Amino acid sequence: MERSRLDVWVGVFVLGGLAALLILALKVGNAGDMLGRGDTYTLTAQFENIGGLKPKAAVRSAGVVVGRVATIDYDPETFNAIVVFKIDQRFSRFPVDTFASVYTTGLLGEQYVALAPGGDEKLLVDGARITKTQKAVVLEDLIGQFLTSRAGESSTQ
Amino acid sequence: MPNSGSRHVLDNKWSAVSGLGRQAVEAFLRLGYATRVLGLTLMNSNVSARRPRLVVREVYFSGVLSLVIILVSGLFVGMVLGLQGYQTLKVYGAESSLGVLVAFSLLRELGPVITALLFASRAGSAVTAEIGLMKATEQLRAMEMMAVDPIARVVAPRFWAGVISTPLLTAMFTAMGIYGGYLVGVILLGVDQGSFWSQMQSAVDFREDVVNGLLKSIAFGIAISWIAVFEGYDAPPTAEGVSGATTRTVVTSALTILFLDYILTSLMFRGF
Amino acid sequence: MPSDFVEISGLHFGYGRRKILKGLDLRVPRGKVVSIMGGSGCGKTTLLRVIGGALRPSAGTLIVDGESVNELDRDGLYRLRRKMGMLFQLGALFTDLSVFDNVAFPMRERTDLPEPIVRDLVLMKLHAVGLRGASKLMPNELSGGMSRRVALARAVALDPQLIMYDEPFTGLDPISLGVISNLIRTLNDALGATSIVVTHDVRESMKILDYCYLMAEGQIVAQGTPAEMLGSELPYARQFFHGEIDGAVPFHYPGTDYGAELGLATRAR
Repeated sequence: MERSRLDVWVGVFVLGGLAALLILALKVGNAGDMLGRGDTYTLTAQFENIGGLKPKAAVRSAGVVVGRVATIDYDPETFNAIVVFKIDQRFSRFPVDTFASVYTTGLLGEQYVALAPGGDEKLLVDGARITKTQKAVVLEDLIGQFLTSRAGESSTQ
Repeated sequence: MPNSGSRHVLDNKWSAVSGLGRQAVEAFLRLGYATRVLGLTLMNSNVSARRPRLVVREVYFSGVLSLVIILVSGLFVGMVLGLQGYQTLKVYGAESSLGVLVAFSLLRELGPVITALLFASRAGSAVTAEIGLMKATEQLRAMEMMAVDPIARVVAPRFWAGVISTPLLTAMFTAMGIYGGYLVGVILLGVDQGSFWSQMQSAVDFREDVVNGLLKSIAFGIAISWIAVFEGYDAPPTAEGVSGATTRTVVTSALTILFLDYILTSLMFRGF
Repeated sequence: MPSDFVEISGLHFGYGRRKILKGLDLRVPRGKVVSIMGGSGCGKTTLLRVIGGALRPSAGTLIVDGESVNELDRDGLYRLRRKMGMLFQLGALFTDLSVFDNVAFPMRERTDLPEPIVRDLVLMKLHAVGLRGASKLMPNELSGGMSRRVALARAVALDPQLIMYDEPFTGLDPISLGVISNLIRTLNDALGATSIVVTHDVRESMKILDYCYLMAEGQIVAQGTPAEMLGSELPYARQFFHGEIDGAVPFHYPGTDYGAELGLATRAR
């Protein structure tokens, strides 16, 4: 009767709302990554300069997202940035001489960490430290270098 | 004569000041009464919990009947965002970030706020008018004389229906809006489909953006429902009284939503 | 069992500074139909709400069926209200429920009766007011007299011992008027209940009354059987029951001197 039809509509309504929420969580947000958070291992790296890197930034290898930046800290002894990554357990075969660099997507895009695997036999284990790092390229430095080199060129001419 | 004239001006000034004071006292009294009604509503919610049918019925009237306006508005807001965002981002050659822009705007601000504003004017006003009319036609008194508490039987189910409906409607509005942005951005303007979704997915954080947006909408739902049931319950039992209360529900809800939005945004997204 | 169902003495009530009831004394004997009459705004409806426990008197005693109403807590009050039924001025039917559901409302809310029994009881109550055939209609499809009868069926749904009527005759055509006044009497006798009728309709109520109180300015000014009241020599009672235009209650609202206000006094000088 009228009552049960009303119930059906409310049921459809609630289901629709929950479905929309699920879409937002999985398709729009990154809840899918978070669900798999249990299967991660930790790596650390020291950088001279991380530029604008933020927690939760992507960690990519060959352009594929393999993990995320967990925390960023500062070491007052070495004056370096200490970055902790959480890497997906499926990608646990990085060699110890893997190279970590801070890159930028496009010219003004967000920053991420790129891992370039080396050729060593030994593998990085949970909690290990990546020793080979390259600092972020800061746009102002780049422009400065460009200007000095131009100045040098014009003076030699 | 001039002496009495200046005294008259002075009297007017004083009466203006005391009028202001009276209004302030009145406002505090109303807030106190509203708080008491909210407290009574929460304390008398056990009937709603024991008989979910009562709430389901009200979810139908506030939630399901608001569905069309919410979905259509969501689609158009998303489409406008796609269009405007595209024009702006193109200047910086960053069209591929359109998905990020659409998703952030909708999840954090536009979804919760516009849904709440629409819900207040569509469902909140209806709840106020309904309760106000029940009061004006002595239905609430009749209920009380039958030893049935009108707060438990009439007010509480409508309050909870509003609190339940708002986040669900917000989620649907936001999902619809993102689809609208996709329609305009990807299908119409030719932004790359892959970068639209992947940039969105890597930028949007579940807890930071989705959950916070949802928390906002729950807060708005509580505020609107509270205002709507209180204005109805407090409405003078006349035709003008009820129509005035309905207007007040929409105005007060709108102001409260925007004010709350600022407070919540500054608390939630401090890092940005 | 005390012979009076309602006993009121020295009752005071006011909204803030405005006093409505000023030391009212009243007794309603068991099984009788008693009416409280008086001009508009003399506090009759307020008195009914005080008896029902919706308003708390500021002084005086109010005893309903042996219980002091103003000393009851909420649960006690709700228990007492199960013995009461009230018919509101405009019926106060729940506009979103059908006629059937309106009458079933107090049974479903206040008892655990199984649905088949509720159905039978509702049809019996509706039959008593002659509207069994209208059980599926919605309140907005009823005429004024019909909705008053449905409200009456709802008021007696739980077989109350005390039925209160707030202006049951207002705005009805002569046929409905006769039907309602007849129902008040027959329901009272059939249920063995006690009835209080608040009204200012002298002609209709006098036919069904056992006893009558006349109220003015928050007090009882006259009481007696209908015959006694109609023959009363008290100026206010005579004016009220015979509908005289001027008398104890003046036709003119108090004001300044008529001639002075028109400026006649000045012109004469």
